[in-house]
Amino acid sequence: MTQPQNAVTQADDHNKVVSMRNVNKWFGQFHVLRDINLSVDKGERIVVCGPSGSGKSTLIRCLNRLEKHQDGDISVHGIELNNDVKNIDEIRREVGMVFQHFNLFPHLSILENCMLAPIWVRKTPRAEAEEIAMHFLTRVKIPEQARKYPGQLSGGQQQRVAIARALCMQPQLMLFDEPTSALDPEMIKEVLDTMVELADDGMTMICVTHEMGFARRVANRVIFMDEGQIVEQNEPEAFFNNPQSDRTKLFLSQILGH
Amino acid sequence: MFGRDRSLTSLLNDTFVRGVLFQALMAIGLLLSVNWFADNTLNNLANQGKTLGFDFLTRTAGFQISSTLGTWMLDYKVGKSTYIDVYLIGIVNTFIVAFLGILAATVIGFTVGIMRLSDNLVFRWFATFYVEIVRNVPLLLQLFFWYFAVLRALPSKRDKLELVEGVAGINITGLYLPAPIISDGFVYSLVALVAAVFFTLLVRRYALKLQAETGQTLPVFWIGLSIIIVLPVLVHYFNGGPLGWSLPEFKDTGSKLRQGYQSGAGMVLVPEMLAVWLALSLYTASFIAEIVRAGILAVNRGQTEAAYALGVRPNITLRLIVIPQAMRVIIPPLTSQYLNLTKNSSLAVAIAYPELVSVFAGTALNQVGKEVEMIFMMMMVYLTFSLVTAAFMNWFNSRVKLVER
Amino acid sequence: MVRKLPGTATKKIKAKKPIPSAVDAQAGYVRSEDAPLLPPPPSEVGVTGWLYKNIFASMSDFSSISAALKSAFIAVLTLLILYFLATQTIGLLDFAIFSAVWSDPEGLKRQACWTVEQGGALPAGWHAACWPFIQAKAKFIFYGAYPTDDLWRVNMTYAIGVFLLAWVLIERLPYRKMVGALLLTVYPVMAIVLLTGGAFTISTGTIGGATILGLALISIGRLGKAGYITGALGDLSLVAGVCGWVVIAFAVVLAIFSIDFDLEAIDTRDWGGLLITLVVAITGIVASLPLGILLALGRRSEMPVARFLSTVFIEFWRGVPLITVLFMASVMLPLFMPEGVNFDMLLRALIGVTLFSAAYMAEVVRGGLQAIDKGQYEGADAVGLSYWQSMRLIILPQALTHVIPGIVNTFIGLFKDTALVSIVGIFDLLGAAQSTLADAAWSTPVQGLTGYLVVATIFFIFCFGMSRYSMYMEQKLNRSHKI
Repeated sequence: MTQPQNAVTQADDHNKVVSMRNVNKWFGQFHVLRDINLSVDKGERIVVCGPSGSGKSTLIRCLNRLEKHQDGDISVHGIELNNDVKNIDEIRREVGMVFQHFNLFPHLSILENCMLAPIWVRKTPRAEAEEIAMHFLTRVKIPEQARKYPGQLSGGQQQRVAIARALCMQPQLMLFDEPTSALDPEMIKEVLDTMVELADDGMTMICVTHEMGFARRVANRVIFMDEGQIVEQNEPEAFFNNPQSDRTKLFLSQILGH
Repeated sequence: MFGRDRSLTSLLNDTFVRGVLFQALMAIGLLLSVNWFADNTLNNLANQGKTLGFDFLTRTAGFQISSTLGTWMLDYKVGKSTYIDVYLIGIVNTFIVAFLGILAATVIGFTVGIMRLSDNLVFRWFATFYVEIVRNVPLLLQLFFWYFAVLRALPSKRDKLELVEGVAGINITGLYLPAPIISDGFVYSLVALVAAVFFTLLVRRYALKLQAETGQTLPVFWIGLSIIIVLPVLVHYFNGGPLGWSLPEFKDTGSKLRQGYQSGAGMVLVPEMLAVWLALSLYTASFIAEIVRAGILAVNRGQTEAAYALGVRPNITLRLIVIPQAMRVIIPPLTSQYLNLTKNSSLAVAIAYPELVSVFAGTALNQVGKEVEMIFMMMMVYLTFSLVTAAFMNWFNSRVKLVER
Repeated sequence: MVRKLPGTATKKIKAKKPIPSAVDAQAGYVRSEDAPLLPPPPSEVGVTGWLYKNIFASMSDFSSISAALKSAFIAVLTLLILYFLATQTIGLLDFAIFSAVWSDPEGLKRQACWTVEQGGALPAGWHAACWPFIQAKAKFIFYGAYPTDDLWRVNMTYAIGVFLLAWVLIERLPYRKMVGALLLTVYPVMAIVLLTGGAFTISTGTIGGATILGLALISIGRLGKAGYITGALGDLSLVAGVCGWVVIAFAVVLAIFSIDFDLEAIDTRDWGGLLITLVVAITGIVASLPLGILLALGRRSEMPVARFLSTVFIEFWRGVPLITVLFMASVMLPLFMPEGVNFDMLLRALIGVTLFSAAYMAEVVRGGLQAIDKGQYEGADAVGLSYWQSMRLIILPQALTHVIPGIVNTFIGLFKDTALVSIVGIFDLLGAAQSTLADAAWSTPVQGLTGYLVVATIFFIFCFGMSRYSMYMEQKLNRSHKI
């Protein structure tokens, strides 16, 4: 049940890119997100980590309605996330997502992959869409692959295309769902470098990842989730060097140990 | 390879030579067997006083064939039409029932397949029951069910069940529909139809150009549909309506023997054809439903998620992302099912619908007795159709292959 | 530089370089106590949740006119379908069970199932199954005209077959492969003897000759193995050795066929009903499997002649309808054989069905062979196995497990297709049922429906059962690949 927080913070929602209040979600009987409270400011970079099954992916997927939350309030850039189709459409225009398994459209070329959304969602003329696409493909450093098809690219290249594709909609917020987990080790660096550049350019981002080096380099805040709830969050230095909760300590020992 | 010092045994051990020898043996063995079979056949035929030859085709056929599209197209007359006509009638009737069956089966199959994937439990149950029941009962049995159980329940010859008042009716002798009577000006309506299709394509080109330049979209489907409907109809009425209809005529007065639907007025679909059409459509539709379901499921969920995450609406996602990928998986087995449907039309011999097997390898064979030639001619038709379909499928597969490393 | 894009609704905030140490009110947060584990809201679980998710979710989108129309349409359609399903199910149950006539104690035959208007005892408008008709005809439907005294032979064949098959299928039992081999070799011979009566006239000369030939071939093989024949002829002698065993087995079978077990000889024309359906389907599948494997190997072969011949064969039999194959078999097969060789009608149909099924089986096996990683072929080659050895020991065992679902599906199709033999005059299940409909002593308006209902149910039980098994196997195979 929503308990109104103090009135000031509610008005502040409009300045926040993401605001989640007392969010709960169930998959059937399973209570997958418990009492999530989170707010993200413009330009912030958040890294979410935690053991598998802790609900990290579910949390960010709720932000663009790929999953529905049953309790609590979510608003993105001041727009409330509910069943209203218009709100959902607006939010999805402003939020970009990069998936673990890239999800590029295999029957379209790289360029067409990037142009699809601007043409069909923002009603951009084709020439302009192509310009935008080439601009972002250059930014992720693979403009020469524009005419190729996803099946012809390596994993790292495909993920960079996926990032460019999301950027072509010029979103206010970028969500990354374990973007490097499906990549071979030698390709992880090229994707992480792209993400670091993106962060340095000022993009607001929420990243679910196990790459702690990336977190240290880029994050304003590291959030640790376990069993559906946010257990601890802190600035990266404080988080890694001085974890407070026992569960955090256990997780960090497992992930940083090897 | 063929060095100077190769001895005979080492030559025989060489895999290439062995392969050639083996194949030569196979070929010789095959030729010998074919020769033996051919010998036997000729001997047996000679003993029965028969010879091989296709000259029987020009003889006149002396039996009646039910009124169907084939008999209408070839203007079949007992005593005047030859066995070639009979052959062609068989082919026409096979293909008309196959064509109508393919249309109906595709529509029903796609609908049921999509229903199987629906959120709605009632739709899912209905589709599942339909598919499981129809798939697990032999087609022949279903054909008998429709023919004997359902169609026999129709009103008798002297009675009728009106489907559309005065225009369409049905009784045990068939489904009666208006027959088109084409007079002179009709060709203009056809020209108008072709022109309308052409205009629609132009509109589509313009719309694509418009979208490329300004990003705006036009509802091409609705515009095209209106043009295709309105233009020919306008031309038609302008011309004085050159398409007449001969309505079926039903007499329920006068002598009892002459009551019922009169021949010569309207068009009749005999119950045999209706039964074959129904059975083939519903049976094949159940397989098509499964193919469609598998095709849609084959498209990774991540594809729709990625499209939604970009803000693309569900109907555009379906059109541009899901359906193109699903079609790649659906089309090859779908064409197989179309081929199966055409071959299954041969079951109509069991209820005497005059398709190819029934009229050529059934009645005509009994009259002429030239088994080898006639069965050969019959099989050639089906083989040609199968090979053409296989070639199409190969071409289609090579065209839509996803480009990979 | 971010370009201005049309259609952006939200206000643009110029991106500024973030200050990593910006004060965030929520940084440095540690959860002190766990949030409670709550039950989900009613719309998620329980009856209401289930109802909502499965039925009402698709009808509740009223956000725009087109969506509202679509929801209304779906709601109406749902109701219509529910009504249809309910009435059909109730109608069927009523026909088959509740209103049906179950017994005919007075031996009235058709009168037991007549309404008052027709001269019987049932109320006007009665329309349901007449089960005494089926009871009277049951033997005919299941066995055809097989003599009643000898039905034990059919039942024994069924029983042994089911027993062996169950042993092969149930996973925990031992010696499954051996039993499987028995099922494919000894059981058919036994079945043939039991069902036909055996005691075929086969001259001792033929049996003796075959035995001698077999022994000779085996000795050639032995010589070759021991090294007395070398080179290419040595390989041929090994092949001869294998053929020798086959010939011996053939001789043994012939010998068994010629023994008189004192069983009544029953012509295949007297077989009918479910017996024929099972015989045709099972023989078709079992006989077409080896032929199909050969064809599949041939089609994938690198030798052009083999590949061409296999492809032609396969495409020919797959391109023509089964009914034309049956016509061809029943009409043309006698022509192909030398004078005087007379073919049993059932045997002709079996040959046609086997050849037809072999082509489909070949495609299924080919799919299995293609699914095997190239590395397996290479590994077998690297170890030095010959073509036939690698096929026998490495490739085919793997391929065949892959294709079991495909084989079962082909069997289901074949089982349904056996109904076509009724068109060429062989009384299978459908044909037998149809001939019972001609019995005037049982002529009632519901005679046809009752008969067809029974036949449809029998087919459905067999086919549905087999398809469930095939799905189960498929799932098992898929799971076993998730290594």
